[in-house]
Amino acid sequence: MNLQRRLLLKSTLAASATTMAISAGLLTPKAVLAAWNTTAFTAKDVNAALAGAYGNSDLTDSNKIKLKAPEVAENGASVTITVNSELDKTEAISILVKNNAQPLTATFNFAANAEGFVTTNIKMGKSSDVIAVVKADGKLYSTKQQVKVTIGGCGG
Amino acid sequence: MANTSSTIQVRSSVKKGVATIKCLVSHPMETGLRKDKKGKIIPAKFIQKLSCEHAGVVVLDAELNGSISANPYIKFKFSGASKGDTIKINWADNKGDSDAVEVKIPTERRKRK
Repeated sequence: MNLQRRLLLKSTLAASATTMAISAGLLTPKAVLAAWNTTAFTAKDVNAALAGAYGNSDLTDSNKIKLKAPEVAENGASVTITVNSELDKTEAISILVKNNAQPLTATFNFAANAEGFVTTNIKMGKSSDVIAVVKADGKLYSTKQQVKVTIGGCGG
Repeated sequence: MANTSSTIQVRSSVKKGVATIKCLVSHPMETGLRKDKKGKIIPAKFIQKLSCEHAGVVVLDAELNGSISANPYIKFKFSGASKGDTIKINWADNKGDSDAVEVKIPTERRKRK
């Protein structure tokens, strides 16, 4: 490995990153710069993650949340998850993967005119329950589904 | 593509005032938990914040963890949109990098032959 080349690459990358941040800083609204919820995202279990994100972890099962996830995912690096909440006043949707090292994958906060709907791709280390948590009218509701991850890619 | 230099690709449609936005961001989303061939931990680099603004109002404010797939894809919907509106999508990662894009909805599709 050419060490100097590495160093040069590193420093140029760092420099460009800084300039990018500055130029983007002018464009970026304050909402984006709001603090990332470190406590919630680095929590090691579901309850701690929810406590960090919402201040409580009392979940009510709800059949008004539609969680669409594959039963078997051949590639854990990209599992498509869709959450559709039919609950009134859906304020936020969180996606958690129970057996991941850090269960909380994402929290989507919605404005009043946004629909309680989101699709995204997540990573899963191994087979696990995927939990969709919806905050609606100040309360937490959830639904879950098991997703089997077959790393070999041969099904089963 | 409207803006090929951007890391953010957007597809959108507007139907009866409801806008459906699909966005795809080019980003490695490194968790900080993986190791390289030499056993050295690959430093974390992932998008932490992604938001979408419509008519000056933030309609979606997402907080992401490293467990979102590489090149994150996010699809969402909001109402109160009309054709020709502009939306602004931006992201910021844990290393201070960020990007933003402004697009008119609905985005034009590339013509297929």
